[in-house]
Amino acid sequence: MSTTITYPDNAPPVKAESRNLDFYYGSFKALKSISMPVYENRVTALIGPSGCGKSTYLRCFNRMHDLYPGHRYDGSIQLQPDNIDILDRAVDPIEVRMRVSMVFQKPNPFPKSIFENVAYGLRVRGERSQSYLEDKVEDALKGAALWNEVNGRLDEVAVNLSGGQQQRLCIARALATDPEIVLFDEPTSALDPIATGAIEELIGEIKNKVTILIVTHNMQQAARVSDYTAYMYLGDLIEYGATNDIFMKPKRQETEDYITGRFG
Amino acid sequence: MADKHLSTQFDSELNSLSSRVMELGGLVESQIRRAVHALAHFSDETAQEVIETEQRVNAMEMEIDREISSVIARRQPTARDLRLLMAISKTTANLERVGDEAERIARMVRSIIGKSGAVRSLPATELGVAAELASAQLRKALDAFARLDTAAAVAIMKEDDLLDQEFDGFVRKLITYMMEDPRTISPSLDLLFVAKAIERIGDHATNIAEFIIYVVKGADVRHSPIERAESAVK
Repeated sequence: MSTTITYPDNAPPVKAESRNLDFYYGSFKALKSISMPVYENRVTALIGPSGCGKSTYLRCFNRMHDLYPGHRYDGSIQLQPDNIDILDRAVDPIEVRMRVSMVFQKPNPFPKSIFENVAYGLRVRGERSQSYLEDKVEDALKGAALWNEVNGRLDEVAVNLSGGQQQRLCIARALATDPEIVLFDEPTSALDPIATGAIEELIGEIKNKVTILIVTHNMQQAARVSDYTAYMYLGDLIEYGATNDIFMKPKRQETEDYITGRFG
Repeated sequence: MADKHLSTQFDSELNSLSSRVMELGGLVESQIRRAVHALAHFSDETAQEVIETEQRVNAMEMEIDREISSVIARRQPTARDLRLLMAISKTTANLERVGDEAERIARMVRSIIGKSGAVRSLPATELGVAAELASAQLRKALDAFARLDTAAAVAIMKEDDLLDQEFDGFVRKLITYMMEDPRTISPSLDLLFVAKAIERIGDHATNIAEFIIYVVKGADVRHSPIERAESAVK
């Protein structure tokens, strides 16, 4: 099913947009002609039952699938303002990942110090100046609301932090390279409600600087943190719209059945 | 549409709430009937019963509100479920107000009984027609709510004009009486309050009808011309 997206007059600027995006794992078609905008400085949530393709779609945005044998992308993801196609083979995936960073389901700090975890992306980029790195690390940790908890012990190994702190460290790491888009793949599914609340609060704060795309199994989380929501099912985009509309009065019966728990 | 939730407990909570609202509606309807009976027969005893029963109406309202809060806290309803709960909550509030109007009528009846015989010459029985109309409106609104019948809801909204006309006509008549015989002024004012209470009952029925359209169609047709409701249910 192809879904056409009409842009309302008062829509925010588009940061990225997938156009008729198909994705194949070998012969299995996991995404079917997904056309959807991702608005700048907004949070877009992807919801749907397991296997609907929401994580697959998210991962296309920083070419995470490139290492899967037999993968294939059709269609495009245009990234603004320079209108490059993220999926174009000529575009270096490392460059894409500098601009589009990712936070995973389980916190995955590197077995290094807190400082080195955050500085990692910048070092990969070739940054050598220690004072510059210190400034950026501090900024990123403050941006991820972790600075007050780790200031003074940046040399300690990151794995000693609590789960919630580790996830905020991963967010700091994702923010350190000044990305334009941050992808969140179920960022709180391994966290308790307090740590979850802290991450959600953080998402609301960092969206002033970056554009956010988030996959979540928790529909209430999508309702709480996102501005736009896409409901996917079996590789199709069933409905996309403002989060308020999706949760108050969805247009499609399939969406209604899913969000009200009638999906069987 | 799959009309059942994965959680059958959620279904039974919503069903239980709906039937509680119907129960409250039934009680309130009988309050109106008895208040009007008290008016028609100047029955102090029936008026007293209405006033005493009002406490049950209030208690039921609070109980339903508690249940709604509990369902919202535990189920985090969305879309149609959320709209249904909003509508149940507002319908409950409207029914409680109808209960208040019935009580107001009963109090006026007691006040009128305590006054001179001048009241006997007033057209009190004419209010019986309006009261019957208002109570029928409420009954239809509750039936339509139980069936989530949007066509019936629009019909109820249209019929409210009839009740408003009855009210205006009655007020004109009272003014004539008061001009002719100043002794009727005090009981006329009591009757005016009764007429106003009856007219308000019709308004509450209309409000309930509007919530039905909100539940089914997601359209908020309050404070809009009737055409908006008509096009919403098409």
